[in-house]
Amino acid sequence: MLSEHNWVLSVGTFLPLVGVIIMLFLPKADEALTKAVGIITAAATLAVGVFTLIQFDYGRAGEMQFVANHEWISVIKSSYFIGLDGISLPLYFLSMVITLLVMIYSWDHVPSPGNPKAFFILMLVLQTGMAGTFISRDLILFFVFFELVLLPMYFMIGVWGGENRQYASLKFFLYTMFGSALMLVAFLALFFKTGAESFSIPFLIENGLNISRTTQIWIFGGMFVGFAVKVPMFPFHTWLPDAHTQAPTQGSVILAAILLKLGTYGFVRIAIPILPEAAKAWAPYIGALAVIGIIYGALGCLAQTDMKRLIAFSSVAHMGYVMLGISTLTSFGMNAAMFGMVAHGLITGMLFFVAGSVKERYHTLEIKRLSGMLLQIPKLGWIMGFCAMASLGLPGLAGFWGEFPAILSAYQPADGLPVEVFRAYMVIAAIGTVFAAGYLLWLFQRTAFGEPTAEFSPGHGHDEDIHDVNKFEWLAWSPLLIAIVVFGVYPQLMFKVLDPAVGVTLKAFGG
Amino acid sequence: MLSTIADAVWSAPVVDYHALAPEIVLGGGIVLLLLLDLFIADAKKWILTPVASFTLLAAFIPVLTLSLSDAGVRSLFDGRYVVDDFSLVLKGLFLLAGYVVVLLSADHIREGDYYQGEYWFLVLSSLLGMVMMASSRDLISIFVSLEFLSIPAYMLAAWRKRDSKSNEAGIKYYLLGVFASAIMLYGMSLLYGITNSTKLVDIGAYLGSDMSAIRAVAVLFVVIGFAFKISAVPFHTWAPDTYQGAPTPVTAFLSVASKTAGFVALVTVVYVGFPGSNEVWQPVFWILSALTMTVGNVMALKQTNIVRMLAYSSIAQGGFILMPLAVAGEQGVAESALRAVVTYLLVYAATNLGVFAVIIAVSRKTRSGEISSYGGLFSYAPGLATLMTLFMASLAGIPPLGGWFGKFAAFQSLVSAQNNWAYALAIIGGVNSVVAFGYYGSILREMWMRPVPDGDSSPVPIQSSLIVALAITGSATLLLGVLPGIVIHFGDLAGLAGAFGG
Repeated sequence: MLSEHNWVLSVGTFLPLVGVIIMLFLPKADEALTKAVGIITAAATLAVGVFTLIQFDYGRAGEMQFVANHEWISVIKSSYFIGLDGISLPLYFLSMVITLLVMIYSWDHVPSPGNPKAFFILMLVLQTGMAGTFISRDLILFFVFFELVLLPMYFMIGVWGGENRQYASLKFFLYTMFGSALMLVAFLALFFKTGAESFSIPFLIENGLNISRTTQIWIFGGMFVGFAVKVPMFPFHTWLPDAHTQAPTQGSVILAAILLKLGTYGFVRIAIPILPEAAKAWAPYIGALAVIGIIYGALGCLAQTDMKRLIAFSSVAHMGYVMLGISTLTSFGMNAAMFGMVAHGLITGMLFFVAGSVKERYHTLEIKRLSGMLLQIPKLGWIMGFCAMASLGLPGLAGFWGEFPAILSAYQPADGLPVEVFRAYMVIAAIGTVFAAGYLLWLFQRTAFGEPTAEFSPGHGHDEDIHDVNKFEWLAWSPLLIAIVVFGVYPQLMFKVLDPAVGVTLKAFGG
Repeated sequence: MLSTIADAVWSAPVVDYHALAPEIVLGGGIVLLLLLDLFIADAKKWILTPVASFTLLAAFIPVLTLSLSDAGVRSLFDGRYVVDDFSLVLKGLFLLAGYVVVLLSADHIREGDYYQGEYWFLVLSSLLGMVMMASSRDLISIFVSLEFLSIPAYMLAAWRKRDSKSNEAGIKYYLLGVFASAIMLYGMSLLYGITNSTKLVDIGAYLGSDMSAIRAVAVLFVVIGFAFKISAVPFHTWAPDTYQGAPTPVTAFLSVASKTAGFVALVTVVYVGFPGSNEVWQPVFWILSALTMTVGNVMALKQTNIVRMLAYSSIAQGGFILMPLAVAGEQGVAESALRAVVTYLLVYAATNLGVFAVIIAVSRKTRSGEISSYGGLFSYAPGLATLMTLFMASLAGIPPLGGWFGKFAAFQSLVSAQNNWAYALAIIGGVNSVVAFGYYGSILREMWMRPVPDGDSSPVPIQSSLIVALAITGSATLLLGVLPGIVIHFGDLAGLAGAFGG
């Protein structure tokens, strides 16, 4: 019986809100207590996540498990329908891990202007939104969770962000909201074109086939904009560098590690399986935008003078690989994309952590002013080097298994897709990896090698701030670092969970 | 004609007193207030506030018992006054909104130091008009209810007698309101001339779908008359000045209860009176809806005064409520359009009253209506700022707050028509809901991201009545968004929509 523990997902998703309610009644002045309650809530949530991981039947990873289906808004035929399969499990679990780690990191890194109570509450609300998106089996439920993350992230960037935070937060919000408005219209069109009977994803997968091809293409277009803004794909990516650069470290990490995946997950879970005909029609264009993103992101990186902005542009490039894998519509490419999503979450999340810590020590992220980190703070310097290697796709680390198979998959896209075009994409994407090595190694070389610049050399008033990795950072980072190695050495750990579910998703394409 | 009158035998109608109980309780309360005001000393006038709020709660009891009774639709006076699910939901809404307005006004009115008795008398009279409006199914009773609810509202807008802005508010509201009534009356007189009846059902049956020019003009005039009441563009010009000049609790009352009453009347007339004339009113609603939300939003973007901004915001919200009506005559859309309108009105009432509760609380400290005076509110009044955030997010339509479901229901009903006009309006609505965040977001930005303007970050004193109002509106806003099923549950509203087919 697959639905034996069908309470597990609801508890895992809504537990953070219980913490929020408790925290609302705590005195604002007692910062340690609020932080502790926040971290305990996140830890308890993760414990539920671990339980889910243990109870998950890996032999049937392709099926939905822990399914619950309750009446919610019956008048619009939407229900509280949730479930977890091999595709959602890694992301669902990752969101819980990242939230806990970010909160641990926040113990002594609450960004200015302080107020940890509000900051922790927002992170917990975010967690509910993220986890909920990954388990939704109903489009309206998905939409509500998808939107739930908007306001907390808006405030995180706008209140605790850098100098240009108000502009960045508004840009983030308006882009995403515009995308979701179109997405919602697409959902509604889908609903009426399938007989206005249900918003449930399995129902729509079954009945979406009957929609005429032209209509499918239009509906897919609406969803495409909604999801592509979130990913973000070129040319909808312009909010990302601003949001990432201005967001506090915690915001950047959550944004990179989880929020961007809501977009790609939407493609994999909703747009492609429900509208297979349209997916085929759109795939070459999605592939084109993906490789443009890869090259554009890489060139963008080379031009950056700010470390955080550079990492943000590298996200555009990495998400390009993910989207390229998805656009092949093959099991191989989709597996690579799913793996790439998790790997990017771990690695880029780590890079943003490092950037945050560098900023805290040097009060700047300008690459020109940083130098000789390996001499001054060797541990942080080497961690950064390690993450840069992982990010450029060094075999043996997690990044490789997202990038390399994605490129390979373009060699043989699904039946009916233009092979030559995808092979051209493959070549371009492969060139992109060279760029990636270029900008990451160059970044590492400029900031970590050599002697510290004059203003930060010992005895110039910065000695107190410039210290090596502290214990909260170790605590927050080591799980990510370990995971990067483990998944790099033994990728099968995740592929065996993903593969059956990917097979089910691609049923309409003949595997 | 004369002979029929002579032949008719007059018999007293059977009155269902249970069905009329809310109106009777309200009427009794109004008389009691007048008498008390006359006979008690000024120092004891505070007692009028609890009398007013108890009257409203007492009137709510029969609404509850009526909705729980199995008698179904109660039709009185030859079907000219009907108590069905639709009217009960709206009566409940009016009474609860009235109760919240009483809570908002309590301290405001006492400190104003004059005319307490008259204030409560006017609020309750206007509410009685609204409660009657929800049941009226006859041109005459609709018109009487409309004047009954409007005339006290004109006086309430001008209630701060020695303030020229308040006088301006009252005069503008009055003149344009009377103008609208005249247009509507002209349309109604044409309707009576054509159909020889004032009963909406008869009018609907007579008009059918056969549209000559004179019939179209009659329908058009009635619709335009109500367009003034709901401040639809281009008939909205009174609203910003009236909202800004009137005392803030009165503005809350006008922007929620009075607007809702306008929509109720409009929907009743269109659904029962002109079901077959959709070729006339659908294009009108399409244009009104598109104009109203676009102009409302664009004007709201550049306001610096929060009440004025909310006036335009309320205009824009009206455009969204009108949206499903633009296709309500299409096959199978009528019921979902009606439900969307009612749902939106409920959500809008809860949210907008909440916004005004916060404004009243904050302005007692800052003594300012400028948006910039909300700078740094989150740092010294986190509770109020959080509630305001929820209300703004709800108005902007962000899940999981009430507003999203109102918007969703409207969009769903609109798209269900599946024609190009519907899609075009849906796209206009979609763009507008993004634009709207521009100004709702500006308040969020002030509260969360800007410094306190004058450096005075002493806490905001909040009266207990405001806390109750905030608790009611805040929890309603959240609940309507998370479990919207419960609102819809209030009734399938088949009664009114059923009149549509035949």
